[in-house]
Amino acid sequence: MEERQIALEVKKVSKRFGQKQANKDVDLTVYRGEIHVVLGENGSGKTTLMNMISGIYFPDSGKIYVNGEETVIRSPKDAYDNKIGMVHQHYKLIELFSAAENIVLGMKDEEKYDINKINNRVSEIASKYGFIIDPKKKVYEMSISEKQTVEIIKVLYRNADLLILDEPTAVLTPQETQKLFDVLRHMKADGKSIILITHKLNEVMEISDRITILRKGEYIATVNTSETNENELTEMMVGKKITLNITRSDPVNPRTRIECKNLCCNSKEGLPVLKNVSFSVNGGEIFGIAGIAGSGQRELLESIAGLQPLTNGEIIFHNPKENRPVTFFHKNLKQIKELAKEHKFHYEDGSEVDLSGLRDSEITKLVNDEKILFNEDEIMNLRDKTPLQIRDLGVKLSFVPEDRLGMGLVGNMNLTDNMMLRSYRKGDSIFVNRKKPKHLAEEIVDELEVVTPGLSSPLRLMSGGNVQKVLVGREISSSPKVLMAAYPVRGLDINSSYLIYNLLNKQKETGTAVIFVGEDLDVLLGLCDRIMVINSGEVTGIVDARNITKQEVGILMTKVLTHDNQQEVTEEGGEANEGQQ
Amino acid sequence: MPDWLNILIDSIAFGATFMFGSTGEIITEKSGHLNLGIPGIMCMGGAGGCLMLNLIGTSNMPGILIVLLGIIASFASAALMGLIYSFLTITLRCNQNVTGLTLTTFGTGLMMTLMAKASQTKYLNIPKKYFRFPFADRTDSLQKLGIMFFLVIAIIILAWFILNKTKMGLNLKAVGENPATADAAGINVIRYKYLATTIGAGISGLGGLYYIVDYSASGEAYKSLEAYGWLSIALVIFALWRPLRTIAGSILFGVLFSFSSYVTLIPFIETTLKTKPILQMLPYIATIIILIVSSIKNKKENQPPSSLGLSYFREDR
Amino acid sequence: MKVNNEKHNEPLIHLTRRAYMSPWKALGIRGIAIVASLIVSGIVAFILIEKLSANPERIFDFYKCFIDGSFSSEGMAWKFFKNVAILLCIALALTPAFRMRFWNIGAEGQVLMGMLGAIAVAKAGASLPNWLVLILMFLAAVLFGIVWAGIPALFKAFFNTNETLFTLMMNYVATYFVSYMLLVWVPSGNAMGIVNQDTHIGWLPTVIHNYFLIIMAVLILTGILFVYLNYTKHGYEISVVGESNNTARYIGINVKKVILRTMILSGALCGVAGFLMASGLDHSITSTSVNGQGFTAIMVSWLANFNPLIMIATSGLIVFLDMGGSKISEVFDVRGAMPNIIIGIILFFIIGCEFFIRYKINFRKKETVATNSNPEPVPVPVTDNQEANTEESNDEDEMPEIESSDEETNEETDEETNKKEDN
Repeated sequence: MEERQIALEVKKVSKRFGQKQANKDVDLTVYRGEIHVVLGENGSGKTTLMNMISGIYFPDSGKIYVNGEETVIRSPKDAYDNKIGMVHQHYKLIELFSAAENIVLGMKDEEKYDINKINNRVSEIASKYGFIIDPKKKVYEMSISEKQTVEIIKVLYRNADLLILDEPTAVLTPQETQKLFDVLRHMKADGKSIILITHKLNEVMEISDRITILRKGEYIATVNTSETNENELTEMMVGKKITLNITRSDPVNPRTRIECKNLCCNSKEGLPVLKNVSFSVNGGEIFGIAGIAGSGQRELLESIAGLQPLTNGEIIFHNPKENRPVTFFHKNLKQIKELAKEHKFHYEDGSEVDLSGLRDSEITKLVNDEKILFNEDEIMNLRDKTPLQIRDLGVKLSFVPEDRLGMGLVGNMNLTDNMMLRSYRKGDSIFVNRKKPKHLAEEIVDELEVVTPGLSSPLRLMSGGNVQKVLVGREISSSPKVLMAAYPVRGLDINSSYLIYNLLNKQKETGTAVIFVGEDLDVLLGLCDRIMVINSGEVTGIVDARNITKQEVGILMTKVLTHDNQQEVTEEGGEANEGQQ
Repeated sequence: MPDWLNILIDSIAFGATFMFGSTGEIITEKSGHLNLGIPGIMCMGGAGGCLMLNLIGTSNMPGILIVLLGIIASFASAALMGLIYSFLTITLRCNQNVTGLTLTTFGTGLMMTLMAKASQTKYLNIPKKYFRFPFADRTDSLQKLGIMFFLVIAIIILAWFILNKTKMGLNLKAVGENPATADAAGINVIRYKYLATTIGAGISGLGGLYYIVDYSASGEAYKSLEAYGWLSIALVIFALWRPLRTIAGSILFGVLFSFSSYVTLIPFIETTLKTKPILQMLPYIATIIILIVSSIKNKKENQPPSSLGLSYFREDR
Repeated sequence: MKVNNEKHNEPLIHLTRRAYMSPWKALGIRGIAIVASLIVSGIVAFILIEKLSANPERIFDFYKCFIDGSFSSEGMAWKFFKNVAILLCIALALTPAFRMRFWNIGAEGQVLMGMLGAIAVAKAGASLPNWLVLILMFLAAVLFGIVWAGIPALFKAFFNTNETLFTLMMNYVATYFVSYMLLVWVPSGNAMGIVNQDTHIGWLPTVIHNYFLIIMAVLILTGILFVYLNYTKHGYEISVVGESNNTARYIGINVKKVILRTMILSGALCGVAGFLMASGLDHSITSTSVNGQGFTAIMVSWLANFNPLIMIATSGLIVFLDMGGSKISEVFDVRGAMPNIIIGIILFFIIGCEFFIRYKINFRKKETVATNSNPEPVPVPVTDNQEANTEESNDEDEMPEIESSDEETNEETDEETNKKEDN
């Protein structure tokens, strides 16, 4: 082992973006002919590090040695000159071009352009490493894994000896992943070095020779795969639990508010993104959803909001209806008395009605006068309903989407106009009423300390944190029964983040069912009552946030389900569910 | 020569006007720029060439030189118009539709004013012969297949070759499809856009000169140039952004358009003057149908370049 | 293997999208552009117009022509306001579509079809009472306009057919359709005479002045459209759809419905313009009756940033230049189309100056300082600059071309004059 040649060495590299330290004194050593995994949570600085090696960013400090020689890499071209190539998470391909055309695009060699020759070379490379690809196939006809193949061959075509693959398996099926790993093993046998970024521990254990772990931009350790195990890796990856100063009250009188049963949906490409997702959320709790980015969180929330068509499953909403009068709609006295056994009846002042102490005529009179009231949930199925239909059903559902300015708000409109996005339809008038939205905007600016050039200046002029305050403020202003928030604190500073946590907590206290999709495990564990963990569109567990460790959640996040233990998980989830109620 | 052949050749010669216009526009659109200034550019191409001929048309220069200088002047003045468009839409990132329409307003106006200064006897009567080489002496429509007709066929084949068989063409198409990806691949997006819009404009402009001096050979010809500019834009859609198809398309458009002039001469069809506008309408109807069918079928190869009409600002991503 | 650092410096000039500019400053920039464009027009005219190059002192007459063109007499002033009204009316029609980012460049055809509908009714209804004919003409014009705008809208909504190209083609179909109808009405191929010249059936009544009703109608329409776009739910939906389809989906707007509804409105207003022209001005039709105003209206709307009230000013500007240009042709005896040249030059400058309002030109000297003082992480621009600059050994990038905002005039001037010299 010790005699192997070092292909790449990174020493004490740091990079900072504004206030955020993306990498701090990171070291990395990659040998020739090895598969080296860089492991870390979202935001741990893996991609930044890779981008510095491949010439996209330039490090603020630190040195990079290629084949033992100090090297300055300022552009992807420099990286290629040093035989380093990277396959990014987002493919940069021209849909209309064939595989081969994409592969040679932008190459500055003297060779005459001869597509047949290029096709042959591509096929040659493919067969050498065991890829299956048709060089003439157009990219728009390709599956994601084929597109990935094109990107990898693009790098090999430029004679790279060190390949960096940024989360290549995130978009692949297990079978495709196995094929990719076979190819990687061929490359390794050919003497190429491969840096692989992934979250999936089982894959890490399967494919890698050595592993470097990053956490919050810092280098933690490098270990030999043969000398470690998944638990140890998880611990290094997530670190010790940090207790955040978030107050968390116990849920008061939790009642099921929304139930999702066996939700399934497909991506645009027709691949399943949600696979039989079932869970239920209570009013008065914060229900966290944890998972690696892109595990189906967005689709899940959008399908509840009516924006994502489902292929299977049901979304049952329990609409709390309070103080409904008992009427003779409930047929006769006998049936009303039956009803009294299920629901508590009360008067307008809230005091309990004791039917046994009343004569039938008295009851009839009270019922006729609508004096006897009771609380009952209205059950409705939200599947296949458009956002408008959901609203018209009287479901107060608020949604803070991940894409703030692209979906939740309009950057070119001012604060007032953004306030009315959800509510402008109110009333029969053909005119919009800007008074209330303006008032609401003033209130939000006041209460949430939004920094803005003015109510009439476009939203895009405001900073990310302030934009988010506006969005969350608007969504909770309609006193929702269900509040869904996707990554509501992403990109926000500490103070703004805490403000958002407090807002969510307040909603919880008023009895709202809050669904919180987050990425920071410390926050999820400190804020939520229960946490559902999903991986690749499947629920790997629903756990009590008060009695679980970060490591346990981390393992669930990276756990791959076989059909046997899926059964087990649902039971586990069921238990946790009951435990709460 | 039988009548029908005479009419057909005339239509082909007429279609060459659109071949220039639409080949230039195809090259422009391949870089992602919809240039609605083509009518103005063709007008200015005509005016530039004619003014040059006005200067040298009656001189003692050899005919070939006169033709060459006329073509160069025509190309250069159209390319300059293209440069105004490029500067505004590429560097200053102005709205392409508005800029193009303004260019058409400006170009047609300038041409009208300039052509009023040129003398028909100088720019037309004598140079016409040189342009109509090698069939200048014929009396039927074959006389119209002159130097510039062969030039446009050569340009189309060259454009086809560059777009499909060279790296330069690959890069240009990449710029029009997805400038961000092309930029990331190391292609100089701005340079490609400038070259394509300027050269494209120059080629389109030659159509103006061809129509005035060769095909129509009349002192009034310039007044109808603008309409043929719009028809050239239609032809680009009709040809689905493929240079070789513009040849077939131009002939079809030419037949439909010039047919309308012969309509009363055709013995075996019962026709009246009324059919003329209907025939003239057909090219546009055909284009609309092609546009609709290609959008319904949604075949990727038959769509406009993906970034058509959008300015590229690297930092917007 | 070492890479040379020196070669890959950041470019000297770096562009960023400007977040905000005060309206006064923006107005100032536009003002400078107009002044500069007038100077350039003067230079171009000097080269083109023989009577001017022979007598340079008449350059003052040249500028005076602009005023004379529109306001030399009361009749001229009426004509000016009438022209503004018609152009404004067409621009108003386009504006709802533009606000929705639907590039309807088919106003030319939509207005012409509206006129055709109105004239057809006027011809057919010569024996009916005038008020009834006017109402029927109005309805026919609106209907024809709606059909002409609705066809591309349907295909846009359901098949995402490119609306720019579609509406453009529809213009020419309309032109030839009108030619055809004219041949049906006047088989000889002669121009169509004035409809109902003796009875004045289907003519707008004259109140105060021939043009008064038209001007008032368009003014009222401007107010209504301003309110519609800014204060109604429909107008609000149009803005949301124009800004982001995703947001529209999120709040449950039916995008297809909004596209169709808005284009029907757009077509109907084009029909109204056609009605006003047919019943109040021309009382006749030719295939070129609209005379390019459908295209000019695009400029009017765009220059006003799609604001109906500002459009009064922009349409006024264009008509002012147009009439000034005609006056120049008359005074200096120029054959050809002087107004088009002047409008073209001035529009180039106004279009071009938007760049300096939308973008900020940063000189890259304190690069490191700038990055660090930036509160939000902005990694993307850095990436892209590095990526591209390194690949380009000869820096033909767009950045170095603009030296500062004041240079704009020179840039343009050079181009313009170059062309003149070439000719």
